Amino acid sequence: MSEKVLEVPDLSLVVLVGASGSGKSTFAARHFGPFEVVSSDHCRGLVADDVNDQAATADAFDVLHHIAGVRLRRGNLTVVDATNVQSEPRRQLVALAREHDVLPVAIVLDLPERVCLERNAARPDRDFGAHVVKRHRDALRRSLKSLRREGFRTVHVLSSVEDVEAARIVRAPLRSDKRDDHGPFDVIGDIHGCRSELETLLETLGYAITLDEHGRPVDAVHPEGRRAVFLGDLVDRGPDTPGVLRLVMGMVEAGHALAVPGNHEAKLVRALDGRDVSVTHGLETTLAQIEAIEDDDERRAFRERVRSFADGLVSHLVLDDGKLVVAHAGLKEAYHNRASGRVRSFALYGDTTGESDEFGLPVRLDWARDYRGRATVLYGHVPTPELEWVNNTLCLDTGVVFGGALSALRWPEREPVQVPAEAVHYEPVKPLVAETPVRDDDDLALTDVVSTDGAGRGVETRLAGRVAVAAEQAAGALEVMSRFAVDPHLLWYLPPTMAPAGGWAEAPELLEHPQAAFEAYRKVGVTDLLCEEKHMGSRAVVLVARSRNGLAPWSSTGGVVHTRTGRSFFSEELTVAFLDRVRAAAEGAGLWDELCGPAVGDGAGGGAGEQWLLLDAELLPWSAKAEELLRTQYAAVGAAARAALPAAVVVLEQSAARGLDVGALLERTRERETDAAAFTEAYRRYVWPTGVGEGRLDGVQLAPFQLLAASPLPGDHGPPQAGGAPKSATSGAQTFGDRDHSWHLSVADRLVEADAELGGSLFRTTRRFRVDAADAASCEAGTAWWTELTGAGGEGMVVKPFAGAALRGQKGLVQPGMKVRGAEYLRLIYGPGYVRDLERLKQRQLGRKRSLALREHALGMESLARLAEGEPLWRVHEAVFAVLALESEPVDPRL
Amino acid sequence: MITAGGEDGVVLLTITATASPAMPVARDLGFLLHKHPDRAQSSEVFGGTAHVLWPEAGDERATAVLLLDVDTAALQRSRGRRETPEGFALADHVNDRPYAASSLLAVALGKVFRTALAGRCDARPELPAQPLPLEVHVPSLVSRGGAALVRQLFEPLGWDVDAAAQPLDPQVPEWGESLVVDVHLRGTLRLADALSQLYVLLPVLDDAKHYWVSTDEVDKLVRAGGDWLPAHPDRELVMTRYLRHQRSLVRDAVARLDDVEGLPLDDPSSTIKEALHTDPCTTSLIVEGGVEGVGANEEKATPLAVLRREAVLAVLREAGATSVVDLGCGEGALVRELLRDPRFTRVVGADVSARELEKAARRIGAGSTTGNLPDSVAARLELLQTSATYRDDRLAGVDAVTLVEVVEHLDPPRLPALERSVFAHARPRTVVVTTPNAEHNVRYPALAAGAFRHPDHRFEWTRAEFAAWASDVAERRGYVVVIKPVGQDDDEVGPPTQMAVFTRRDAKEEAA
Repeated sequence: MSEKVLEVPDLSLVVLVGASGSGKSTFAARHFGPFEVVSSDHCRGLVADDVNDQAATADAFDVLHHIAGVRLRRGNLTVVDATNVQSEPRRQLVALAREHDVLPVAIVLDLPERVCLERNAARPDRDFGAHVVKRHRDALRRSLKSLRREGFRTVHVLSSVEDVEAARIVRAPLRSDKRDDHGPFDVIGDIHGCRSELETLLETLGYAITLDEHGRPVDAVHPEGRRAVFLGDLVDRGPDTPGVLRLVMGMVEAGHALAVPGNHEAKLVRALDGRDVSVTHGLETTLAQIEAIEDDDERRAFRERVRSFADGLVSHLVLDDGKLVVAHAGLKEAYHNRASGRVRSFALYGDTTGESDEFGLPVRLDWARDYRGRATVLYGHVPTPELEWVNNTLCLDTGVVFGGALSALRWPEREPVQVPAEAVHYEPVKPLVAETPVRDDDDLALTDVVSTDGAGRGVETRLAGRVAVAAEQAAGALEVMSRFAVDPHLLWYLPPTMAPAGGWAEAPELLEHPQAAFEAYRKVGVTDLLCEEKHMGSRAVVLVARSRNGLAPWSSTGGVVHTRTGRSFFSEELTVAFLDRVRAAAEGAGLWDELCGPAVGDGAGGGAGEQWLLLDAELLPWSAKAEELLRTQYAAVGAAARAALPAAVVVLEQSAARGLDVGALLERTRERETDAAAFTEAYRRYVWPTGVGEGRLDGVQLAPFQLLAASPLPGDHGPPQAGGAPKSATSGAQTFGDRDHSWHLSVADRLVEADAELGGSLFRTTRRFRVDAADAASCEAGTAWWTELTGAGGEGMVVKPFAGAALRGQKGLVQPGMKVRGAEYLRLIYGPGYVRDLERLKQRQLGRKRSLALREHALGMESLARLAEGEPLWRVHEAVFAVLALESEPVDPRL
Repeated sequence: MITAGGEDGVVLLTITATASPAMPVARDLGFLLHKHPDRAQSSEVFGGTAHVLWPEAGDERATAVLLLDVDTAALQRSRGRRETPEGFALADHVNDRPYAASSLLAVALGKVFRTALAGRCDARPELPAQPLPLEVHVPSLVSRGGAALVRQLFEPLGWDVDAAAQPLDPQVPEWGESLVVDVHLRGTLRLADALSQLYVLLPVLDDAKHYWVSTDEVDKLVRAGGDWLPAHPDRELVMTRYLRHQRSLVRDAVARLDDVEGLPLDDPSSTIKEALHTDPCTTSLIVEGGVEGVGANEEKATPLAVLRREAVLAVLREAGATSVVDLGCGEGALVRELLRDPRFTRVVGADVSARELEKAARRIGAGSTTGNLPDSVAARLELLQTSATYRDDRLAGVDAVTLVEVVEHLDPPRLPALERSVFAHARPRTVVVTTPNAEHNVRYPALAAGAFRHPDHRFEWTRAEFAAWASDVAERRGYVVVIKPVGQDDDEVGPPTQMAVFTRRDAKEEAA
């Protein structure tokens, strides 16, 4: 028995049609997966506990439509197992398929009545009479002819038990689905009959052009097997539409190019079909040029070839594992690899409002602004003066026919190639001039950072997979980000929180001990460690452009200096002064030229040539940021203690002298006096006078310890050009997570030296000590170093894997650092007399803090990685925002 | 016998009696206090252990000490609301409470000396009624209002006050004085009065109670202050602070104290009237209302916040708006007004602060647990968290967006984002923006020159600055703008509030 092949698009809504007893469920179970089939009987059971309860039919179909709709939205083939012999239920299913832009397919099981009756009789749960089957059969027979008219794009009819037995389902990819085609490609924008420019472009791209016997180009071949992808609008307006078509058709037919249709091709097809179209917008030139072909046979053949070529083009293509989508007018994500009238219409004409502007041209909605997809979308259709990435989309129509340029993008290199127009071939209706760049804050949507349905979100990270952000965390962060943080266009990184080390059995008097940190790293196989002095200041992130007007228009100060919650440290004037000193030091240290390459242009107005550095640092003194806190909280404690304790000691001593039993209380009160004095001493180390209040920088110090990122090297056309960088930055960035910490500190040292040579004292060195955690003597030495540091009043140290921040250990991601805080400093955290409560405090749980530190670390590295790859602002901001959101996690703030 | 208490702090006050005709033997203070002068006694109280000690107990002089051994851990468990600098997560662990004479000490005093406070002394029944020469020492009294307020509150009660504010840090003189005052009181008073005054005034001076105010507090205040409070010149301040600005409680207390003394409340500038009129709509407005409420225009009957809402409502009605987003709705004062008028069929309160929205829901009666709005009203209301600096599709399609006292809370560099999300994205027919008129600030004597009306204001515009911004926005976004005054339009400095009404150009043309 021969197979009967039934072709089904691999994303479609398959509607089974057949009378009760025709074997739909058996058929579905044999040919489709268990989750792909949604059955009306099952849905009756879901809503009414009874698969035969006809009274529940309406509700059951509600559920069925919902399930099918959700599956289709998510891109899963779905089979509806219901009788579907009446037209109304089928109409609803066709509408559902259209709503999700998938093709509806009908598979009809048109089996003889006798077979259905026998099967029903064999099933004890089917006790309805023969009249039901007969009614179904009658309805089905009446429907057969109308199925296509109802909108089913494919109809398979199986009319016998043998047919059913012989059936085999073959899933066919959609015509748009070219995910298996990995290129490489050269994607070419609107040509509009500019044959000469096209030839020049192809040659620039490295293609060898083949000529026919009349010397006309009919093919182009790339020696490395690259292929062109034409984005449509090959025709109209320009001097030689037939020449362009001959070349492009030749390339496509020879397998040297792919093409999608443009709206001009669609109209040309209608014109060639003799339909009534208005011969305007350049169609008149095309038709005239075709008519000018002298030989009648050749002209007729050419017309026929063009018609069939243009008519056969698929409106969009999904290429290279889904990483690249091409469509003439662009395509929103929900339409990728879908098929419907509106998908085709969007691909050809774009997202229009149906209104016209003052020039009579359609008003377009900015779908690219809303685009959040991972696939790069390349398109044309709207002539633009400059190539500009918007959210991972790029319009390659640069108006060659209007005297602009013909543009191509090399894929996957993402490298643009342009040739200028040889002339203004056609006067544009609307002037093709660069609009004054308007500062557009509209890049970020609320839904990029919170979900408006109250659910949580997740951020995918390279280092730790999906990091969950709960709705309430995001809600808190939204307020801080909106009301206090610097402009998101300049907020590229928020530092993660850091977990403390635990105690050490041999030093019971300490809550945190270096040996505990060494051991924690040793346990995960990381033994090469660097201890860095923990400065007594506030964490600061410094973004500085080489020139004061760099990073415009987002910054008027050539950068920002912000806290770990994204607030600016200083007033605008002081920020300018501060950044001037930083950029001068970087200049003196030669960092700009060495790290960012020689300056290109003056950096004015942003764009290429912009140079910047992003530093992770500590800003001192703590009082510069937190004077209010020190005054109202810390000093207030000292003042109250100084007032209360001596008076208490006096009355206790007098009472004791009178023989009252106050023993333990007096002793404890004296201890408290000592503790309070030590507490006061501890906070005073964080206080020194600065000029910040008066708008001066004296007293302020910056201790950088890590170079987070820098502007990309000029000429680096690799990933940095990717999906449209944050408009505030440049395209992409260099990151340095793979450099070891001694490299990072050497950059810092050079800034300190250069600043000193300029006579400044803004920069401060970070002291360091390398420890081999596998060597007991080295660990002892590290402990001694820490003891000396904290004994001299230092806050403590941070132990980091020497190899750098992105290190992975034996069990995955390792802590990027662990803090070991000095005993005196901890009075500021746990209270003046915490040392008398050590046993209880040692029970503190560190697990949650460590987990939080790792998740925030992964997010921080993620935002830098996204910045490095030139991803859109919303992608960078998503990760930055998540760090802030996680900070509201209820973790003991003393850790 | 002294028992071991917590580990964390000590706070104390001493009461010294000297021999006098009314009480010839100073040691008899022990009878009055019901504490034996030759023993140290201790008892568990809220927040720690209270000890009564006698450093001296002679015939001429006797001193009783109430020393509270504060247990911080216990304190944290029952911590009430205190104002702490934003983002200071360690406030639970680093604060002056273990050393500050405040409500904790007052509560301990109320418990340990309960009988004396009640004016009872079974052993020497004649003594409680006798004014006695007393000295009180509170070394670490915390006073929001400094030494001056200590004098202001105690002197009218017959005390000779010696109050010395302590420096925040002697080594950092530029920080100035702390809130800690070393206080000596000397006077001849009945002991019960002295104790009740301390009981009430310690928390009043501290102005940060450790537990929630409830109606019990009214009872306590009436009981403790019944004898001396009605005649105190600062009784309104005392009541307001003691009851932590809870308006209905203040009103209740006023009524009940009036019953005690039958005194009418007739001073319109009094603190209580101030408190009653302060706009409850947002915390920011409480402060702002405070500033704006003490302007030069004495008899202003209607507070500015109310005038502002009336002006905005009038504009919305005139524009025929039926769906309105109040962006930056805070606690929802305008939203409530909108809900009262059925012509507004869709009322959206939007704010960036989830906390404010919760308060708004409670005040409107739409809270998740306290909701009692009729379905027909609830159906017109939506409360959404949003941010003016991100674009939010949910705001599109309404008739009007109001921004009442909102723009000045945004950093100037973020204004273009606000402009886009409101005027380009939501794009309603009508936008109403109100903001302070900086020129008018000179009419607020309480406001320092050059200061803003609220600490969170990022700027305050003059009339010219506001007009320039508004006309630029209107020009860029296709709106027509009219600027109107709100409040009394001063000839010289203009109105206290300025309001811009934007109408979308195409809507204007449709109407025409």
